[in-house]
Amino acid sequence: MALLEIRKARREFVTPEGGRFAALDGIDLDIGAHEFVTLLGPSGCGKTTLLRSISGFETLDGGAILLDGADLSTLPPFRRPVNTVFQSYALFSHMSVARNVGYALEVRGEDRASRERAVAEALEKVGLTGMGTRKPSQLSGGQRQRVALARAIIGKPRLLLLDEPLSALDRNLRQQMQIELKTLQNTLGIAFIFVTHDQEEALTMSDRIVVMRAGLIEQIGTPRQIYRHPKNRFVAEFIGETNLFALTIDRIESGQALARTVEGLELLLPAGTAKAGDKAVAVLRPADFTLADQGIAATVTKAVYLGADLHLFVQPAVGGPEIRVTARDSALAPKEGTKVHLAYDPAASHVLEAA
Amino acid sequence: MAIRRQTLVLATLLTPVTLFLGVFFLLPLLIIALFSFLTPGLYGGVEWAFYHWNYGRIFGWADDIIEVYEPIYLQILARSLGFAALTVLLCLLLCYPVAFWVSRLPNRWRMLFLFLITLPFFSSLIVRLYAWLLILKPSGILNTVLIGVGAISEPLEILYTPAAVVLGMVYVMVPFMFLPLYSAVDNLDRALIEASMDLGATRLQTFLKVVLPQTLPGILGGAVIVFIPSVGNFIVPDVLGGAKGLMIGNLVEQQFLSARNWPFGSALSMIVMAVVLAVLLGSTAAAKRKGGQNA
Repeated sequence: MALLEIRKARREFVTPEGGRFAALDGIDLDIGAHEFVTLLGPSGCGKTTLLRSISGFETLDGGAILLDGADLSTLPPFRRPVNTVFQSYALFSHMSVARNVGYALEVRGEDRASRERAVAEALEKVGLTGMGTRKPSQLSGGQRQRVALARAIIGKPRLLLLDEPLSALDRNLRQQMQIELKTLQNTLGIAFIFVTHDQEEALTMSDRIVVMRAGLIEQIGTPRQIYRHPKNRFVAEFIGETNLFALTIDRIESGQALARTVEGLELLLPAGTAKAGDKAVAVLRPADFTLADQGIAATVTKAVYLGADLHLFVQPAVGGPEIRVTARDSALAPKEGTKVHLAYDPAASHVLEAA
Repeated sequence: MAIRRQTLVLATLLTPVTLFLGVFFLLPLLIIALFSFLTPGLYGGVEWAFYHWNYGRIFGWADDIIEVYEPIYLQILARSLGFAALTVLLCLLLCYPVAFWVSRLPNRWRMLFLFLITLPFFSSLIVRLYAWLLILKPSGILNTVLIGVGAISEPLEILYTPAAVVLGMVYVMVPFMFLPLYSAVDNLDRALIEASMDLGATRLQTFLKVVLPQTLPGILGGAVIVFIPSVGNFIVPDVLGGAKGLMIGNLVEQQFLSARNWPFGSALSMIVMAVVLAVLLGSTAAAKRKGGQNA
């Protein structure tokens, strides 16, 4: 049995114009006891509402959330064995770091000695040993983040909820924290539900990603499934850079489909169940293309330097939308205006289930 | 160079306020301090001779020949402090929940409410206090209504009692308590309340451990702003208080205007000031120490 079961969760809000808007439009989701699950989607997709429904700060209009098979809906937030790392950290500025971290134990009435032991242990887990006597205002953004984390795990929750906790950090620190969070989750052996709109964060840390849009789940899968096999156009475009090709299948030949865009660009795809004459949308990531001696004839219209890589915008000779290509930077790298040929492995291409 | 210039600009900008406070605040204060040690003139005014019986009358070293020691002065001072403290407490109890309620109102309703809170300032204090007189008097609105609905059979004797004075002072002072309190409550990060509850604190624990300490600056600010003018208030007791409602402010006023004993009035003023200062310093120190314990 899953640790957390979300069944047909619905939550509606009244818009300022008086209309109704479903932040959660029937969500079904199971989360395992040791899983790192990311809720990913654009702002307004309902991911934060879902998180707040689990922590108890939102009440569902319909459906249920079960923890270990027991319905949570009647429990106020302070009785749920679930803790949250807030986006703004929400540290108590009038308390020391140690008292912040030990707060969950303090309100439970644990004695001072065991509290101090647990605080020292929690601070060590997040790499803040010896910082206990400081005030939150004396810490950097990254350190505050760690205090918030230590405070949320000290009560040994079954489930830790993280509401875009890394969004205020700079890029380097964010990447470091991503790795640390994943390690921490492994050490603690509890489930993490992580909310973000940053696809890179989602891909890096998650066991599974839940892509949401407009109160609905678009796709659930491992990072690789979501990236390589997006179900639809929304998922494909939301996760990473994408080239989408609207195609008509020309013919099927030895397990491969030859397809054509309206402009006449020809692509080879895995045949799957497609038949000649079918419409299809194919996904090819920028890194799936390589510059070769033959293949799709095209001209580089723009080359963006990214350090190790070059990001190329390439116009196919037959016309149609530009193709985005990632190439290694080198002395031989093409410049704007260079004629190139693009090659790709047909096995890397993916046809959307629904356009 | 840049620093010198900054200093110059700052000095220029601060000159008017320094002059104003120096001439209209510090100087009169020094005059009062000086007068409190001078001999009262026979027909008002002062004689320029050192005289310690102004304070002797109040504290008890008067010789009973020239001046007589009366404990009533200290009693009135104590009563004034008590009334002021009660006013602070009642204002706080009234305003604290309202501040929370207002801070959660939609924006336009909140603006309206804040405007309404400042509305009393648009009319004269005396007029508003006379309105209370009309409400509270035995044949006034309050008693008429209460008798009308059968809640009481005899008119309540509220007017010219200490209760009327405290009621009037609370009425006058509520906006001064509300505004700093509202500002503190409005600035309170809602996420802190959620974080506290998320970590297992009940609503009461959250209030005591998070909400109260976080809004403490507003509470202290409001308390100070209400307490100081309340101690020295003489208009409210003048209009609504009887003999039992007399406050130290009335006493000072009488000494300066009716008794024409400026040195004695000055001595009373100095004592009020000293006591208020002591209370303020004491409460600030206590608040600081409390903050230290929390750390």
